Amino acid sequence: MSTSTLDLAASLRAWGVIRTPLVRLREIEPSGVAIYAKCEWQQPTGSVKDRVAAAMVARAVADGALPPGARLVEASSGNTGIALARLAVMTGHPFTVVVPENVTAERIQLLTAFGAEVVFSPAEEGSNGAVRLAERLAADEGWVLLHQYENPANVDAHAVTTGPEIVEELERVDAFVACLGTGGTLMGVGRALRDVWPEVRVVAAEPPVGETIAGLRTLADGYVPPIFDPTALDGRLLVRLGDALAMLRRLVRTEGLPVGPSSGAAVHAALRVAERLPAGSVVVTVLPDGLERYLSTRVLELDAEEAGGLTLW
Amino acid sequence: MARIKLPTVLRPHVGGSAVVEVEGRTVGEVFTALVERYPSLEPQLGGDGGLPVFVNVFLDDEDIRYLDGLDTPVDDDAEITILPAVAGG
Repeated sequence: MSTSTLDLAASLRAWGVIRTPLVRLREIEPSGVAIYAKCEWQQPTGSVKDRVAAAMVARAVADGALPPGARLVEASSGNTGIALARLAVMTGHPFTVVVPENVTAERIQLLTAFGAEVVFSPAEEGSNGAVRLAERLAADEGWVLLHQYENPANVDAHAVTTGPEIVEELERVDAFVACLGTGGTLMGVGRALRDVWPEVRVVAAEPPVGETIAGLRTLADGYVPPIFDPTALDGRLLVRLGDALAMLRRLVRTEGLPVGPSSGAAVHAALRVAERLPAGSVVVTVLPDGLERYLSTRVLELDAEEAGGLTLW
Repeated sequence: MARIKLPTVLRPHVGGSAVVEVEGRTVGEVFTALVERYPSLEPQLGGDGGLPVFVNVFLDDEDIRYLDGLDTPVDDDAEITILPAVAGG
């Protein structure tokens, strides 16, 4: 099957990716502006990355880039790896995942539960170090690297499912806010929403992980994912770890949403955007994963300094 | 005077400090004053070629690329955060 005739949305459904609930954050939204959030922790392995993993595998199979039985390798701070580990089981491919050594214990347990081989990269190099190691393994061993940071299917997954799901449920969207990791959610959903509402503002929530990264020798060692186009954004907000954790507690304890720290960051930024919009506006965000994946970190009790050494997304 | 928060990778260039304070009416003027005081920072911040894609600069919590870039005005009590580009996911 060629890429042009591949029905990506149908492939995602066939592999169990669901249309997630879009909930309104009535206890958090400011007066006069609605904030809605996609509940991605309800996906099969508990994160938004089930969409991305399924799209990348479907595209690789359709293009012939992933021959039957070939070993997959991917760099991930956890969620993409877990989603791919499940897909690898369903499609009969062995799978090696490279993760920074400070990811939570739950993530390692889930990866090994699905039979993935786990390779650790140095904690102080963060996701950047994991990417470099995965690239080297793919080159040296001839394994198939799907490379979520470069793979257009990461963006397309959101352009054909997450985005259209939002469009079908809401009459208007004035701003879309999501965490910036690979850029896939922002680029893909942004594309789908702009097709319908050209004036929609697309705003990135910048996670605070960079503050603790020590492994870079120069700023030029930093990594900008090739699929991420900064010109496709209308703004980018830096979210402090303390603010992300405070909002996480509000999401759990006032909205009853069992979500992880990146959801706290996304909603903190969504609220900042909402506070600047006129009455009647609608803001949409994405809750990328669930709380249970972080229980070993006692994330609901930590202050920002204690949580600073963890890879929380 | 603007407070500039530096990432770990840049601190050796300023004697180990996490925060330095310099004068300037715009982000560009603040950066000029910064590299005059600490010249080894200049190549890290892109020299005269504008802000490199792998450097992210936030004025308080907003990326200056989506404000007025290096022309963005800076208040006396502003906090400027420089961060490396780091992937997640």
